[in-house]
Amino acid sequence: MSSGGEATAPRGKPGGWLTLRRRNALLPLALVVPGLLWLVIFYAIPIVSQLWISLQTGNPDDGFAQSWNWAVYPDSISEYSEQLLRSLQYAGTATVACFIIGFPLAYFMAFKAGRWRNLFLLLVVLPFFTSLIVRTVAWQTILTDDSWIVGALKTVGLIPPDGRLLATSFAVIAGITYNFLPFMVLPLYASLERMDRTLVEAATDLYASRWTAFRKITLPLAGPGIFAGVLLTFIPAIGDYINAQLLGTSQQYMIGNVIQSQYLVVREYPTAAALSFIMMVVVLAIIAAAARLIGTKRLSEAAVA
Amino acid sequence: MRTPLDRLRDSLLGVWSVGAVVFLFVPIFVIVLFSFNDNQGRFNFTWQGFTLRHWADPFGVEGLQQAFVTSIGLAALTTVIAVILGVCVALALVRHRWRGRGATGGLVFLPLATPEVVLGAALLGWFLTLGFIRGFVTLVIAHVMFTLGYVVITIRARLEGMDVHIEEAAMDLGANQLTTLRKITLPLLAPGIAAASLLSFAISIDDFVVSNFNAGQTVTFPLFVYGASRQGVPPQVNVIATAMLLFVILLMFVNLGFQRRAARRQNRELEPTPALGL
Repeated sequence: MSSGGEATAPRGKPGGWLTLRRRNALLPLALVVPGLLWLVIFYAIPIVSQLWISLQTGNPDDGFAQSWNWAVYPDSISEYSEQLLRSLQYAGTATVACFIIGFPLAYFMAFKAGRWRNLFLLLVVLPFFTSLIVRTVAWQTILTDDSWIVGALKTVGLIPPDGRLLATSFAVIAGITYNFLPFMVLPLYASLERMDRTLVEAATDLYASRWTAFRKITLPLAGPGIFAGVLLTFIPAIGDYINAQLLGTSQQYMIGNVIQSQYLVVREYPTAAALSFIMMVVVLAIIAAAARLIGTKRLSEAAVA
Repeated sequence: MRTPLDRLRDSLLGVWSVGAVVFLFVPIFVIVLFSFNDNQGRFNFTWQGFTLRHWADPFGVEGLQQAFVTSIGLAALTTVIAVILGVCVALALVRHRWRGRGATGGLVFLPLATPEVVLGAALLGWFLTLGFIRGFVTLVIAHVMFTLGYVVITIRARLEGMDVHIEEAAMDLGANQLTTLRKITLPLLAPGIAAASLLSFAISIDDFVVSNFNAGQTVTFPLFVYGASRQGVPPQVNVIATAMLLFVILLMFVNLGFQRRAARRQNRELEPTPALGL
């Protein structure tokens, strides 16, 4: 863009090869095209191309050719139904655990923390500036068979003498809960903090009990935050494979582990592509339903709140 | 009126919240502690005494320095590209009306809501189809793709909070769009750009999943740690992780200082403005 042309041409009259009006119409286009192209070429097309790859047949050595093998979908679903169900179960349990841990924390930060509020917010975010992998390895250290915590739990009898924490479903779900807790807490906090507290006072003045006021005023007003929090926890949790890999065994593998090993180890691309395409369709369905209910803008703002 | 029951409830809430924060910090404590562990052999799982030798020699493991430098370079390049593209997209979304605006807003948001394993797998499948050789370049492509949405959302929020009249005033006074952008919009946007840069740098440097799929032979810091986790992660990794955390805390204090100074300056300047009739 040259500003020289503009200096010689009088304002509002045709200047250079473009009129001012046309230039104004083209400006948003020029601004948006590079970023948009990046997302189309490296996000949208790859996601759709998963469908194309999934229908191919062949083997890693001789290559794969398109054969419209739709049977890959029922086949991979039945072969990996165990991991698919486990993903839903682990992600669901972890989301509930995140809510149980996170809601009182968000409530406390929004209404009771007073001058400690910003410190608490900082403390919730800070651990996530350490590498995720290093944190998960640290959980290995904490849960390993001869660690202090496992020893202490054995002494008080919470786990049997030959019991263990590492390499169990509990460890994997706890790891996922730990990883995604801030994704639950921050949207909850944002929606509670925005709330008009005088409504609760009005309710109690009108003889509602504390519990009724909480149930009828606070919870509905926190609704969008709860919704966003559940979504932001559940969706990434369902695709997680790091926790199952580092804190579990193949008995705890989730669908993410299958996609990872099918793509990177076994190189059975069609199966991996089919599974990841299925996951994307499920996630898109969830997001579409959510967007219809609360709107994409609120959803995306909650994501980076 | 606060009854004893209310007080009990409030203190239970406080205890629960402190407990939750402690839970968040348990692994951090372990990471810092084990950076001082005088471990013998490959494993760093049990405490064997205090030493400073890993801090004296943080890159004393083969490949760690290379991985760390790769990660810093990758995050820096990703941030520059993502912030430039993201500011443009955000400006177009907030300051202009055009067809396809809603759809673009949706497309920008979608990668944030896609499970990382799908992002990584889809991009790998696409690179395989195109016959791309995976390495540093494919990592930059991937990292810009998944940080762009965070940049756009951060900048968009800042732009929406900005007074559009200041830009209009500049244009009424004869500034063209480019001058207005340079002298008014971008300076006012600076805190948003800073926040977006920090965010995309932090997300990029910590990424494991998408990199795991698209790195080829290139090793980033998270990939190094993952590879090492099978034979035992060396304590030097804890040193680097702790140092990075300290750096983030330092940045936060610097940012806080800037904000306080800006707030003071604004207070001083605000007093005479009513006289100007703005």
